[in-house]
Amino acid sequence: APAMAEKMGLGRAALPEEVASWDHDVSPDGTGLPEGSGSVLYGEEVFADACAACHGDFAEGVDNWPKLAGGMGTLDREDPLKTVGSFWPHLSTAWDYVHRSMPFGDAQSLSDDDTYAIVAYILYSNDLVDDDFVLSRENFLEVEMPNADGFILDDRDTTEAHFWKAEPCMSDCKDSVEITMRATVLDVTPDEGESTEDAAL
Amino acid sequence: MSDTHLKNASRRQFLSGAAAVGAGTLAGGAVHAAGDPLIMETQDFAAGLGVGVDETPYGLPIQFEGDVVRRNVEWLTADTISSINFTPIHALDGTITPQGCAFERHHSGAIEMSKDEYRLMIHGLVDEPLIFTYEDLERFPRVTRTFFLECAANTGMEWAGAQLNGAQFTHGMIHNMEYTGVTLRTLLEESGIKPEGKWVYVEGHDASSNGRSIPLEKALDDCMIAFKANGEALRMEHGYPVRLVVPGWEGNMWVKWLRRIEVVENAVESREETSKYTDVLENGIARKWTWVMDAKSVITSPSPQSPIKHGKGPLVITGLAWSGRGAITRVDVSIDGGMSWQEARLAAPGQDMALSRFYLDIDWDGSEMLLQSRAMDSEGYVQPTKTELREVRGLNSIYHNNCIQTWHVKTNGEAENVEVS
Repeated sequence: APAMAEKMGLGRAALPEEVASWDHDVSPDGTGLPEGSGSVLYGEEVFADACAACHGDFAEGVDNWPKLAGGMGTLDREDPLKTVGSFWPHLSTAWDYVHRSMPFGDAQSLSDDDTYAIVAYILYSNDLVDDDFVLSRENFLEVEMPNADGFILDDRDTTEAHFWKAEPCMSDCKDSVEITMRATVLDVTPDEGESTEDAAL
Repeated sequence: MSDTHLKNASRRQFLSGAAAVGAGTLAGGAVHAAGDPLIMETQDFAAGLGVGVDETPYGLPIQFEGDVVRRNVEWLTADTISSINFTPIHALDGTITPQGCAFERHHSGAIEMSKDEYRLMIHGLVDEPLIFTYEDLERFPRVTRTFFLECAANTGMEWAGAQLNGAQFTHGMIHNMEYTGVTLRTLLEESGIKPEGKWVYVEGHDASSNGRSIPLEKALDDCMIAFKANGEALRMEHGYPVRLVVPGWEGNMWVKWLRRIEVVENAVESREETSKYTDVLENGIARKWTWVMDAKSVITSPSPQSPIKHGKGPLVITGLAWSGRGAITRVDVSIDGGMSWQEARLAAPGQDMALSRFYLDIDWDGSEMLLQSRAMDSEGYVQPTKTELREVRGLNSIYHNNCIQTWHVKTNGEAENVEVS
């Protein structure tokens, strides 16, 4: 432990109940998971009520809202589809995030059992479990996430070591320069005039 | 660039007046036979009265600066609540970002909480879990330091090509403020850290929580709990009343409305460090924990939203440079798309993990230019080209695009976001 300075004596002791009220994070090893369980079938009902308006009946996403299912095997393609099934390394993250921050606009309204059920349904939507699956604290770590090994630590110091170069080129760095792409071809920048009016002071 | 005549500005030519401000109509306002009416005639503001000191208890910019505002890009996100807007860096100068137009990034909106409602909890692998009120925090010894906050996604829309036409949109997910607060180390020392503690997990009061894991080494090094920015309380949208400051690291980790610091043994691997803020490489493998924002720069003027309107002659090229690994030591500017470079002038010596302002004064001969800037930091890192970045990372990283930006300045002074060979 680091050397500690003298304490100021400010603040007060946190009560265990207070810590329990705010401390809901769940770690990849299952630390933080509460007792409880939920089935795919029940999850389908809860999802239809609480989630499907944005994320679709099958977690496939509506309009521009996030897709939670699909995209398997697309990560090395031109336009990867990163979902819970195709991308997320840990199931703990899905439980933790849904439980604390979803539904969007009505967060922290889901019970522990509801959360288990929704996560079970998301797994089912990603073809990772059968329709009779029941997710619980006991079997939580048995679920294998397809992209669990898909992450490496930041390696910029080695793979981009050539960016640390003492003397950059100052003259005759290349023979010619051609414009290869123009933003105005896409023309997706908001119009200056229109927005200025909205923002008038 | 064979069809375009590009020439470096010659200082001697400039001083000798050989390339003298050719267009007389552009110099010093319109010249009338009877003199400039703005001078010859008494103006209302020179004869009448201005507004009194009780008119504006807290002022906004004068109406003529009405376009120096945050802007959003509707198509970028599904809604405006979990979304981003952009700092008008094309119109600012110096290094301090006015809070009122400093960019916002929320995941469940900007929440309104009072100092009375505010609580901060420190718990987990600590000797004594603690609760602080806002008043408690103001009683700890304070520090004041200036840092940039850059969203990990700044310039992210430009990975696949030149897309948005303006420095505000390509580089405006950034602000730079002077923060006052308490070091995170001071607060952690107050609760005491157990030997097993290796990380802190930090989250906000808002519904998104924005939980992130930060290694204890960084937490004890230079992180701050800030309650003042640029001299006054944080703005609501920037985390009022308390936010985390994580110098040099991606903006997502600067948790706003900070409510909880849990000392843990292992990273939580929350949504914001797995699904988001991980960088997919070409082979489909993703980097995680890419915390540091590398050296970067952009010319803010001339730029697409700040065209040259004064014609040939003296031209101030200016921009911003920054690095999460240390201080900016040098910025080079090219007017010919990177064929040749000249060293710009830093407005002040670079400060660690803060914005630097650079200037290059040239004598514009009216020909096309391909403007670029290239930052260097105290670690010896040289800002790479987009091609160099793509060679390592491919096109799908989303985050951490610190490539050299090119503006194509046309003969009429207009500028466009382009990519060059």
